Amino acid sequence: MGKRVAIVGTGQTNHCSIRRDVNGQELIREAVTRALADAELTIKDIDGVVIGNMDHFESINYVDCWSIDGTGGYMKPVIKLTTGGTTGTTLAIGGYHMVASGMFEKLLVIGWEKNSESDTTGAINTATDPFIDRAVFGGAVSGLALDAHKYMDKYGATVKDAARVTVRDRKNACNNPHAHLREEVSIEDVMQSDLLSDPIRLLDMCPRSDGACAIIYASEDVAEKITPQPAWVLGAVNRHSVNDFTEITDNSTLDSMVEASAELWQKLGVKEPLKELDVVELYQPFSWAGLIWIEDLGLCKKGEAAQLIWDGVTDMDGELPFNPSGSVCATNPIGATGLIRCAEIALQIQGKAGARQVPDVNFALATGFGGCYWTDLVAFGSKKPE
Amino acid sequence: MGDYWTTDTESIVLNSGIKVPYAWQAGETASRFLVQLRDEKKIWGKRCPKCQKVLVPARKSCGFCFVETSDWVAVANQGVVQTYTVVARDTPVQPVKAPFAYAVILLDGADTGFVHILQLEDPQKIKTGMRVQAVWAENRKGSILDISHFIPVEG
Amino acid sequence: MDKAAIVGVGQTKHAARRKEVSYGEMVYEAVIAALEDAGIGMDDIDNVITTSNDFWDGRTISCMATSDASGVPGKNTSCVEGDGTFGAFYGMTRVLSGSYDTTLVTAYSKGSEGVSPIISNAAFDPILSRELGLDMVSACALQARSYMDRYGITEEEIAQVSVKNHGNALHNPNAHMGLDLTVEDVMQSRQVASPLKLYDISPISDGACAIVIANEKRAKQISNQPVWLNGVSFCADAYSLGDRDLFECQALEKAARGAYKMAGIQDPTKEIDIAEIYDAFSYQELLWSEGLGFCEKGAGGKLVTSGATAKDGSLPINPSGGLMGAHPVIAAGLIRMVEAVYQLRGEAGETQVNKQVNTALVQGLNGVCGQSHCVWILGRD
Repeated sequence: MGKRVAIVGTGQTNHCSIRRDVNGQELIREAVTRALADAELTIKDIDGVVIGNMDHFESINYVDCWSIDGTGGYMKPVIKLTTGGTTGTTLAIGGYHMVASGMFEKLLVIGWEKNSESDTTGAINTATDPFIDRAVFGGAVSGLALDAHKYMDKYGATVKDAARVTVRDRKNACNNPHAHLREEVSIEDVMQSDLLSDPIRLLDMCPRSDGACAIIYASEDVAEKITPQPAWVLGAVNRHSVNDFTEITDNSTLDSMVEASAELWQKLGVKEPLKELDVVELYQPFSWAGLIWIEDLGLCKKGEAAQLIWDGVTDMDGELPFNPSGSVCATNPIGATGLIRCAEIALQIQGKAGARQVPDVNFALATGFGGCYWTDLVAFGSKKPE
Repeated sequence: MGDYWTTDTESIVLNSGIKVPYAWQAGETASRFLVQLRDEKKIWGKRCPKCQKVLVPARKSCGFCFVETSDWVAVANQGVVQTYTVVARDTPVQPVKAPFAYAVILLDGADTGFVHILQLEDPQKIKTGMRVQAVWAENRKGSILDISHFIPVEG
Repeated sequence: MDKAAIVGVGQTKHAARRKEVSYGEMVYEAVIAALEDAGIGMDDIDNVITTSNDFWDGRTISCMATSDASGVPGKNTSCVEGDGTFGAFYGMTRVLSGSYDTTLVTAYSKGSEGVSPIISNAAFDPILSRELGLDMVSACALQARSYMDRYGITEEEIAQVSVKNHGNALHNPNAHMGLDLTVEDVMQSRQVASPLKLYDISPISDGACAIVIANEKRAKQISNQPVWLNGVSFCADAYSLGDRDLFECQALEKAARGAYKMAGIQDPTKEIDIAEIYDAFSYQELLWSEGLGFCEKGAGGKLVTSGATAKDGSLPINPSGGLMGAHPVIAAGLIRMVEAVYQLRGEAGETQVNKQVNTALVQGLNGVCGQSHCVWILGRD
């Protein structure tokens, strides 16, 4: 049987549009030193390094080898994982298995991206198959626009409903010193912002950020010696099932999330996730995801998410706060984004989330999105699992 | 062997490339290093306060000790060849035509090797242990190629 | 600690160019072969780890290209970017973590579809070294010279690795570069970057590979010849070439120590029966042999000239032909694992060594001049 594993320390840079003062591995080093300080450990205590980003955003081959100075990986085991937008949560899941296996006792996991260094759309374009869908599916936004239209057609949701999601997250981000965008926006602001790909407007979408995030995992043998309140991993499930965009039949549902959450709730014996969860950090690349995916997580029926949002259920003082950090519409260094979701959940469980703290967090969920409509889910808890 | 099907079907090939423009931030430390190459024709390293190594090119932290470097230390424009290779063929990425050499050079005052291009009239004369010096480019722009190449030190 | 084993293996017939298949179709061949070898179906695979590299594929999120072929739909999955030996490590931890009983690990690359100097040049720092135009070949040439000058190893001694491995590859049905060479042939071959000549350099191939890993309980159900993953460790050296002593491989030494310790090996020269290691360049087999403790530092040349590492020697290295025989980047280290599995099972056909094989060593690497190494110890028990 495997070991139980917990996050015992986290560190993030202060995410922003462009960091001129540091190169990529120097950016990484900031997050790493903050995580070590948070856990009160030194690099000597670390048994290995897991790192990831999306290669074409910085055009550096073998990033695990290139970044040694910044990761502290000199003469340690170093391995790279990468799965597009889901990279951050993929890293969290990978690190979990590597510690649970008994191969590492204290493991450093790093996600980072310097999105300022490249043209995001140009880089994402090569994800598509050169023969099948590259000519048609340019970049990320057009695909998401299809989702929004289909969802509105099928369930009667409106652009105003989506805007309310953004308003919530941008308000929450004001409490997060690491967030990139820290200004509130109103529903009108969102609905009047530049149209990108109908119906998606600028303020419905996430920014591109430069940023890094590091977490430290420890096995059950040492986790409680390092921190009084470890954030225990309860379960990790994902689906990266679809691989070309022409395969999606109904854009109003994220099938990978439906499948993955069904498996996760079944594994953990969760019957009523809306009631049982205390906080969710949703990888929300655009506002409509904050409607559609509440349903696809099994928190309510299809078409009912808008009501939940307007009732304030997902606000900071609601029954199930979503995105206290401001999530992706406030901050998006792609290779780090999924890992930041996990780091933010860890902070919530540890009671270290400062002005964005949700009281009494015992069971929480971090999600990841990316690639071709993929979903990663990682559930955390305050008590060591059985 | 893999061509059996091409008797009745055309083998389609898509010629393309990754078309993504990049703008890498050198960051404060590398910027200072490169500006010194461009404006002062000087090569700088930084010292690690823990192991005391002078790391060249200058960098913000010491990878061996995982601490921030402290003092800027100027190193000489010349040093000793640690290893080399004579490149005999051209590639799309080499900035000069073959034959030419690459070398790892331990500049006087540095504790880490500096990789660069080495040009000799007769490349076969290169030896480990040879003393070489930097030749500066006419048009410098804040790049590692502000040093055009290294040549043997006479005598 | 719990144990895991390899219960199925598959690889393609590697070639200079597989233009009749896409990446996915190529991986599918290896996956089907691995499942057939294990005697199981895709439904018996609990989770999948793919291994790929965005630069070699010319495609971001390269794992998308071969997910279908790897059986990913409907399963938990992830992707390692690095050599297949690292993919196998993650695959093993997914089973030892208690989450899954079986992991399918796949790895591939189509070297024919890219321009390798541009791809490997991208491993160099954009600000401080990329513009110099170094690539894997010119950088490894620097290492070869450093190694030769340090210990007085000669080009002729190094050439013997090429002769041995190309010759071994002649008997390997999956290799594409089996050649009957003499030392003279190697010495006379075209200079590429001194001291590396054409025949000192492995060919870049198109190929794929897949293995099935299972936990102890499941392994014994699936296979009557599981190959046990008794030891593994990996380690990365400093990045900048000037920060390293290129004539030795301290990261490999540390990874080897870790793998030996985990497997309970005290004297590799006595306890390792065969080794499949990463001979991307002929000098590397000698340098890595030293790092693995197969001989003293500086004695790599004597090791190969003694005949000890020949197919009928006391410690055969690369009886499959190694990377000299076929080098699909990324897959190469996983292919070494597959070849070691054949040897341990006695199923290596014409490449099978004569002696009893109970313990095999496999090594793969990432980065320039072998910056980061992964060492595996595989055993019949």
